[in-house]
Amino acid sequence: MTTLSEAPAETKKPAASGIMAMVRHTQYVLAENPVTAGSFALFVAFLIAAILGPSIVPYDPLASNTMAALQAPSAQHWFGTDQLGRDIFSRVIVATRLDMTIAIASVVLVFILGGFAGIAAGFYGGWTDRIIGRISDTIMAFPLFVLAMGIVAALGNTVTNIVVATAIINFPLYARLARSEANIRREAGFVHAARLSGNSDPRILLCFILPNIMPLMMVQISLTMGYAILNAAGLSFIGLGVRPPTPEWGIMVAEGAAFIVSGEWWIAFFPGVALMLAVFCFNLLGDGLRDIVDPQRRT
Amino acid sequence: MLRTIGRRVATAIPSLIGVIIVTFLLTRVLPGDTASFFAGPAATPQAIAEVRKQLGLDRSLPEQFASYVVNLAKGDLGTSLTTGRPVVTEIAARLPASAELTLLGLFLSLIIAVPLGIVAAVRQGSWIDHTCRIVATAGVSLPVFFTGLIFVYVFYFLLGWSPAPLGRLDVFNSPPPAYTGFYLIDALVVRDFETFRAALSQITLPAITLAVFSLAPIARITRASMLAILAAEFIRTARASGLKSSTIIMTYAFRNAMLPVITTLGMVFSFLLGANVLVEKVFAWPGIGSYAVEALIASDFAPVQGFVLTMAILYVLINLCIDLLYSAIDPRVKVEG
Amino acid sequence: MTASSTTANATTAPAILEVRDLTIEFATRRGTVRAIEHVDISLAKGETLGIVGESGSGKSVTSYAVMRILDRAGRIAEGSIMYSGIDVVAADDQELRDLRGREMAMIFQNPRAALNPIRQVGRQIEDVLLEHVQTTRAEAKQKAVEALQQVRIARPEERYHAYPFELSGGMCQRIVIALALACRPQLLIADEPTTGLDVTTQKAVMDLVVELTRERAMSTILITHDLGLAATYCDRIVVMEKGKVVETALSKDIFRNPAHPYTRRLMRATPRPGAGLRDLLPLETATAPLPAPTPSTGEVLLRVEGLVKEYPRQDTNGMFSKFFGGKQKEAEAPFRAVDNIGFEVRRGETVGLVGESGCGKSTTSMMVMRLLDPTSGKITFAGDDISALPARDFATNPMRRRLQMVFQDPTESLNPRFTAARSIAAPILRGETMSRDALRARCEELAGLVGLPVEFLDRLPHQLSGGQKARVGIARALALNPDLVILDEPTAALDVSVQAVVLNLLQDLKIRLGMSYLFVSHDLHVVRLLCDRVIVMRSGKIVEAGTAEQVLEAPTAEYTRQLIEAIPHPPV
Repeated sequence: MTTLSEAPAETKKPAASGIMAMVRHTQYVLAENPVTAGSFALFVAFLIAAILGPSIVPYDPLASNTMAALQAPSAQHWFGTDQLGRDIFSRVIVATRLDMTIAIASVVLVFILGGFAGIAAGFYGGWTDRIIGRISDTIMAFPLFVLAMGIVAALGNTVTNIVVATAIINFPLYARLARSEANIRREAGFVHAARLSGNSDPRILLCFILPNIMPLMMVQISLTMGYAILNAAGLSFIGLGVRPPTPEWGIMVAEGAAFIVSGEWWIAFFPGVALMLAVFCFNLLGDGLRDIVDPQRRT
Repeated sequence: MLRTIGRRVATAIPSLIGVIIVTFLLTRVLPGDTASFFAGPAATPQAIAEVRKQLGLDRSLPEQFASYVVNLAKGDLGTSLTTGRPVVTEIAARLPASAELTLLGLFLSLIIAVPLGIVAAVRQGSWIDHTCRIVATAGVSLPVFFTGLIFVYVFYFLLGWSPAPLGRLDVFNSPPPAYTGFYLIDALVVRDFETFRAALSQITLPAITLAVFSLAPIARITRASMLAILAAEFIRTARASGLKSSTIIMTYAFRNAMLPVITTLGMVFSFLLGANVLVEKVFAWPGIGSYAVEALIASDFAPVQGFVLTMAILYVLINLCIDLLYSAIDPRVKVEG
Repeated sequence: MTASSTTANATTAPAILEVRDLTIEFATRRGTVRAIEHVDISLAKGETLGIVGESGSGKSVTSYAVMRILDRAGRIAEGSIMYSGIDVVAADDQELRDLRGREMAMIFQNPRAALNPIRQVGRQIEDVLLEHVQTTRAEAKQKAVEALQQVRIARPEERYHAYPFELSGGMCQRIVIALALACRPQLLIADEPTTGLDVTTQKAVMDLVVELTRERAMSTILITHDLGLAATYCDRIVVMEKGKVVETALSKDIFRNPAHPYTRRLMRATPRPGAGLRDLLPLETATAPLPAPTPSTGEVLLRVEGLVKEYPRQDTNGMFSKFFGGKQKEAEAPFRAVDNIGFEVRRGETVGLVGESGCGKSTTSMMVMRLLDPTSGKITFAGDDISALPARDFATNPMRRRLQMVFQDPTESLNPRFTAARSIAAPILRGETMSRDALRARCEELAGLVGLPVEFLDRLPHQLSGGQKARVGIARALALNPDLVILDEPTAALDVSVQAVVLNLLQDLKIRLGMSYLFVSHDLHVVRLLCDRVIVMRSGKIVEAGTAEQVLEAPTAEYTRQLIEAIPHPPV
C-alpha cells in the first residue's frame, strides 16, 4: 500500500469547473500534441466535405459521359474518370456524406444500446448480467464480418441494414467495456459515499458511474467509427448494402478492382485512399478525445 | 487434465447452440416470402410451393427449428440453385483453399509481428519501436481489399513479379493428389516441385495481403503486453537476482506476455475470417468466401446460409483450441476451471 | 552532519557498502526531478542498518541505485557507490550481473507480485542458482529444496512444484527470501518486506530474516516507514526526508535523543505505549489541550444482535460438466464472513473493531452502514430496527443521514470528476434544497471544521495531497450532522505525521459535535489512542471485548495476546 504525504501532487493553480475550463483544456491538449491537432483538422475537413460536398464539387457525381471514360488524372479531372466517364474526384467527395452518416449512425446506435446494457449488467449483476452476457457471447461466436454479411443478406440490401448490422456486431465490445468499468466502480468508495448521501441506484448509474466511464468510451467510439466505415465499405465491396450508382467509397473500389489488372489504377486508388485517411483520422482522434474528457489529465 | 479439457469443451456447447439458433432465425427474417427467396428469382409458382413444403414453412416455428436441426445433423445444408449441388459438398470441397490461405497468412503475420513487438518493447525509443508503432497504427486503417488491389497493381501490373490473380494455380499446372487439400503440402509430399512453385507463387500475394492485415493488431498487443510485463515487479526481482538479459526476456517476460496475445488471437481470427472473404474476391481465390459472394450476387440464398453457419462453427472450434492452448500455458486457469 | 552522526558513522568494523554524495535524477514529463541528493550512507560488515522515512523520502530509490536496478528514466547524476571496494556506478553489465544475487540481494514489498506467476517457485530459485553457481540441474534442484527448508517451509520437495498463487502472502515472502539468499550473498536489502502482511506474519518474517542474516554474518539494510520495526531490528538508523539524509545515529540513541527537528517530529508522531493523542503532534504546534469528553449517558445508540453474513461457495462445476465430468463434490457449506456477532455502541463512545485482514470487520461495518444486507441478524439504531429495510431502499430513508462513514482509501472514495466542494456538498444536495450561497457557506464551514483551507475547495482529487483528501472525506461524512460515524481504517494509507494530525482532528470533532464512532482498524496502537472500548474479531467471530485498558493491557484471549506481542514499537 503506498503511503500519501502532505505535499500536493500537482501545481498550486486551482482548476475552475464549467465550460470555460473545458475549452481551455481542449486548447491545451491540442497545443501539446500536434498529431491530435492534425487529426482534429482532418476530421473537420471530412465534416465539411460531408456537409457541403454535393454543392461544391465540379461535376455531377452521377453524370456519365462515355466519351471521357477511363481517363487518367489530369487538370480537368483531378482524380481521373471511371468506366462510365464519371468524375472520380466529385464522386469521392460526395461519398463522404454517405460513409460518415453510416459511421456516425452505427456508432450512436451501438453506444446507446451497448453502453446502457453494459452499465446495467455491470452494476446490477444477477440475471441482467447473465442475459446480456449470453447475447454478447452469441454475437461473438460469429466472425463479425461474416455475421454482418448474414444480417444484411437476410434483412435486405439497404443502408439502414448496414447501420443495424454494424451496430449489432459492435454491441459485445461496448457492452463488455461498459460492464467491466461499471463493475470496477460499483464497489468504489465514492459510490458507497453517494449511497450514504441518499442517492438511489438509478441516479448513481446516471450521475456517478456513466460520467466516469466516458473517457474510455470516447476512445472506443472513435475507433469504432473507423471500423464502421471499413465494415460498410467491405460489405459494399462484395455487393451488399449500398448499390451502384450511389457513390460510396467501398463500391467505387469494387468497381475499380476490375481495372487494376489492366492498369487503370486511379478508379480504385482514390476512394481507397479516402477510406484510409478517414479511418486513420478516427483512430488518432480517439486518443485526443480521451485526453480532453478525462479529468485526471487536467492541470 | 482430461477434466479441464472436458470443461472447456462443455463451454463451447452453448456457443454452438446459440450459433445454430441465430442462423436459423436469420433465414426466417427475410423480407417478403422466404420460400421464393430460396426458390430463386426465376422459379415457377409450383417450384416455390415445393420449396415451401421442403422448408416446412407452413408449420410452427419450433417444428421448423426441429427439422432444421435434424437436417443439420444429417449434414444437409440445402442445395445451391446456381450449381444444383448440395451446399455441404461444395463447402467441403472449397474449405481447404480458404484454410490454406488463412493459415499461411496468419503464420507470416506471427513470425513478423511477434518478434517486432518484443524487440520494440525491449528497445523502447529505437527505430524498431517507432516502426512497430507506425505499423500498428497505420495497419488498422488499411482496408484489406484496398491493400490487395495495390499489391496486385504494383507486383503484377508494374513489376510483373507475381502471376495474374486468377486462383490457386495457373492454367499450366494441375492440382496435386489431395491428401490434405493444401496444395503446398500435397505438392511437397509427392515431391512435385514444379506444382509447388506454381502454387506458391499464386498464394504469395493474397497471403501477404492477409498477413499485412493481421500484422497490426498482433504487433500492437505483443508490444503492449511485453511493455506491461517488463514493468512488472517479478521482473524487477529477476533483475535483482542477476539473471541474464536473455533469460529475463525469454523465459520470464515472453512467456507471461504471450498470454494476452493468445487471448487476442481469438479476436484476430474473427477479423481474419472476415478479411478472407474480401481477399478471396480480389484474388479470385476459389474458397468458401468467394463461394458465398458469388451466391449473393445470384440471389442464391442456401449457400450464403451454409457459409455463415460453417464459418461460425469453425470459429467456435478455433476459439476452443485457443482456450485449451491458454490453459496449457497458464497454470492459474486450472483452478477456476 | 551532527556530532551524533559522525560518531555513528565511524564504525569499527570495515565498511562493506559506502555510498557517498549520491544524487539521482529522474526524467519526467515535467522535466528533471531529483529523487535523492547528496546522500551518504555507510554499512559495516555484519551490521543491520535501517533507512526510515515517509513517502517521497527517497529511501527505496537509494536501494535501487545500490543494486543498479533503477527505472529507465532514472540515472545516477553524482556520487559514488562502493561495494567491498568495487565501484558499482562504473560497473558494466557483466560485473553487475555477478554482483546481483551473488553478492547483494533484495527482497521486496509485495511478495506474491515479486514472483513469476506462471513458473514453479522451486524452478525460480533454481534459475538463480544456475546463473551464479557452477552446478548441474540436478544439483541445483537439490539446493533449491534445501533453500526452501532453510526458510522453514514445510514439505519443501512438494512446495518446490507450487505456483505463487497457491501460496499465502507469508509463504510467498519466505520464497522471496529463499531466492535472495540462495547464492549466499553478503548484503541483503529488505524494502518494506512486511507491508501488506498480517501483523502476526510480519513478526514471523522479520524474525526469520534476522535469524538467517545473523547465522551467515550478513549485512542488512531494512527500509521501512515503521519506526517500531526499525527500532526492534536495526543497529543503526538513517532518517531521510524529501530525498536527503537528515540524521544518522545508533538505534538506541535516535529514539531517546533525536537531534534533527524532522526526526523529532517523526518520533513524536509514532503511536507508542504511554503516548496520548496530543503527544503525537509536534511540540511546536500550539493546540488547545484535548477537550474533556462529556461523560457518556449510557444510552445505547447502536445495537447489533446475531449478525451473520454468508457467501455461497463458488460453484466450480458448470452445468454440462455434470454430464461429462466425474463425481461431483459434496455441496460445500457457504462461507461465513461474519458469524453471529453482537455488540453495542453507546452515545458519545468510541468503539474499536480490531482484527487482521479477512476477519470480517469490514463486512460488519458495511452491514451496519446498510450498504450491504446481512444474511440474518438485527441492527437497531436509536431504537429503530434498520436491518428490516433492504440496503437498496435505505439510501432514500430519513434515517440515512444519521449514519455516515469515512472510507479507507481517500483516493478511491472521492469521485474523480467532482471538486472538493461538490464532494462535500453532495450529501446536502440530496436532502434539502438550499440556495447556492447557503450551500457554499456550509461547505466553507465544514472545510473550516476539518482544517481544509478554503482555496482547496475548488480542486479536483488528483490535485490534492493524501491528507487533504482525507479531510475532504471527513467533511463529507460530517455534512449531515450524523450521530454515528464509522471510520474504516481512515489513516491506514497516510504518512505517520499526517496520521497524527488526522487522529487529533477526529477526536476534537467527535467531542465538539457530540458524535459516536465505530473505529475499524488493524493497528492496535492507533486504536488505543482513540477508543473507549475495543472488540477483537477473528474469522468472523468476536474473540474478545472490553474496555481499551482491559483488552490492550490485560487481554484474556490468546489471539489478542499474540496480536499485541507481534506489534513492534519504539523503546518507550
